Amino acid sequence: MKVLSRLVAGAVLLGVCALFAEPLAAKEPPITIGFGMSLSGGLAGGGKAALLTYKIWQKEINAKGGLLGRKVKLVYYDDQTNPALVPGIYSKLLDIDKVDIVISGYGTNLVVAAMPVIMAHKKTFLAFYALDGNAKFHYKRYFTMQPSGPHPGIAQGEGFFKLASGITPRPKTIALVGADAEFGQISIVAARKLAKEYGFKIVYDELYPPNTVDFTSIVRTLKVLHPDLVYIASYPPDSAGMLRAIHEVGLSAKMLGGGMVGLQYAALKEEFGPQLDRLIDYDYWVPEPTMKFKGLDTFLAKYRKQAAAAGVDPLGIYIPPYAYAQMQILTQTVKAVHGYNDAKMAAYLHKTTFKTVVGNVKWGPDGEWNPARELLVQYQNIKGHGWKQFAKPGRQVILWPPQFKSGSLEEPFNPTWQ
Amino acid sequence: MGVDAELLFYALQTGLLLGGFYAAVSVGITISFGMLDIVNIAHPAFIILGAFVAYYLNSTFGIDPLLSLVIAAAPAFLLGRLLYKMYYYAFERHGEESLQGLAFFFGILFIVEIGLILLFGVDYRFVEAPYISTTFNFWYVSLPLRLVIPLVVGLLMVTAIQLFTSRTFLGRAILAVSQDPGALRLVGGNPVKIKEIAFGVSIASAVIAGPLLIIIQPVEPSIGRDYIGRVFAICVLGGMSSLRGTVVASMIVGIAEAVTATFGGPAWAPAVAFSLLILTLLLRPEGMFQR
Repeated sequence: MKVLSRLVAGAVLLGVCALFAEPLAAKEPPITIGFGMSLSGGLAGGGKAALLTYKIWQKEINAKGGLLGRKVKLVYYDDQTNPALVPGIYSKLLDIDKVDIVISGYGTNLVVAAMPVIMAHKKTFLAFYALDGNAKFHYKRYFTMQPSGPHPGIAQGEGFFKLASGITPRPKTIALVGADAEFGQISIVAARKLAKEYGFKIVYDELYPPNTVDFTSIVRTLKVLHPDLVYIASYPPDSAGMLRAIHEVGLSAKMLGGGMVGLQYAALKEEFGPQLDRLIDYDYWVPEPTMKFKGLDTFLAKYRKQAAAAGVDPLGIYIPPYAYAQMQILTQTVKAVHGYNDAKMAAYLHKTTFKTVVGNVKWGPDGEWNPARELLVQYQNIKGHGWKQFAKPGRQVILWPPQFKSGSLEEPFNPTWQ
Repeated sequence: MGVDAELLFYALQTGLLLGGFYAAVSVGITISFGMLDIVNIAHPAFIILGAFVAYYLNSTFGIDPLLSLVIAAAPAFLLGRLLYKMYYYAFERHGEESLQGLAFFFGILFIVEIGLILLFGVDYRFVEAPYISTTFNFWYVSLPLRLVIPLVVGLLMVTAIQLFTSRTFLGRAILAVSQDPGALRLVGGNPVKIKEIAFGVSIASAVIAGPLLIIIQPVEPSIGRDYIGRVFAICVLGGMSSLRGTVVASMIVGIAEAVTATFGGPAWAPAVAFSLLILTLLLRPEGMFQR
């Protein structure tokens, strides 16, 4: 009887433990992922789209029970697109909030500004878009989602120059114009190198200040110089101003564009519509048949449903796919190393090829994609101004790299407004 | 015409057109900073507010941006008066307007910016109007209407404010308050009331300049920060409280930027414009047209 009562008591105790086991696990603190993000200021368009994507992922992962049985919590602060605020934000995340994992904000200036703090804390840093963000640091725990490869500036311009050299008769002269900021500078430095390599004579080589209001003077000078090729590395408002001036002045060239930020967003696509025809630009993903990846359509459908309410880019082909892939990679890494030990995470990130919604991702020693996968696209067959046409194939034809090529170069670029 | 002469001619055209727009965005600072001694650092935020009013009216009701500036002017005037009342009762009345006042307007700048982000999101916004993509070309003259219209409206606005300040009792009172508020009080005027009206005019001019900006380039809520340095520089260059000086300084900055961008490279454009400011301050510290 005594034995029986002990057995019963033991069974009751076990039952009670089982009853409380799940709630106790659920009471474990969440895994915290910290980052600064541009939610106001010039890069807020991209920053808010990235944040919406992270929230979509967070909801999905928590619905599945979280990471390692723990819920996931995002801890983030608005960096106001101001690099000066970034070190403070990451110090707070790491020293006060004591987040488990840190990822970066959006944009080269903001990512680079976080690096000293990240390195001092020896954190693994899964960064978002940053052009050559690790060039000066060579930090072994840095990994970027920007598919620009080990020679980022070169990767962006390479396709442009390669295709230009194949035009008959071969172009001889080129004009280079870019924003006097991190992205523009890196892009133009690489373009200079490529122009020399491919034997094009540079007839104009200028950087303009980021707060330039009107581009008519620059474009008029270009028209007088009449280069065969015009390579532009501009930020969103400048891309719009430049395009307006190009059409007003009537600047034509065999190839025009190259590194124009902003045209990837629905707002600028809608504004310019058919005036984008034959313009060349870089991109990271476009809905061409050569770029079908598992899970991307489902994610984009989910993103587009929420984009309008969140006041972000409704098309969502530039930032969201890579932000979602970033979180897929993070999920796989945390699961594989059974935690978030920075050394283990970095080692796993270095050795693994990840299968994501943007295809396979593999990093080289400096945390840049290996190989690079920057796309050179050309706007073709644009009808009207609606952004939905850009969600379908055939509007942004991939010219480069060859393995993703979906169409051929059409030239010259001729303005249509006059 | 030789190539250089042609380029110079075009640069002068562009500079004049740009200068007209700069006059429109700077005239409000001339009133608030130059005449009233209020460092309204939030001035560019109200320009962006005006731009978003134009965007909203254009995208929702199809209203032309030029009509929207007429619609927005009166509410903006009232908003300016309200803001000044807050500023006066919170800071100026206690003689704490210098640092706290500056912080107040910084706060206003962020409130306007974040408010616009919450209402409209962070995307770049455009307006549609037939003249935005129209350019008149004859001989060597090329006039894109998206730059001509801001020039014309800007000059009309400054002229109207000039006439108001020089021909009306209230306008003269504003000039008086900018010179000696104590003397105005002695002759029975109420400097606080006068400053309130003048600040209303200043904010209204900023909101009116907004539709002109969105005609020229796409806007997003934080783009106003780009204009802070430029508008204050123009105000100082023009002689702080001189409307005529504001127009001349705007034209000088516009032309300097365009000519430098054409012949020296665009990277030097702001350096040349601000060098002109430094040079003017060295040779004529009171600005070009100090009253």
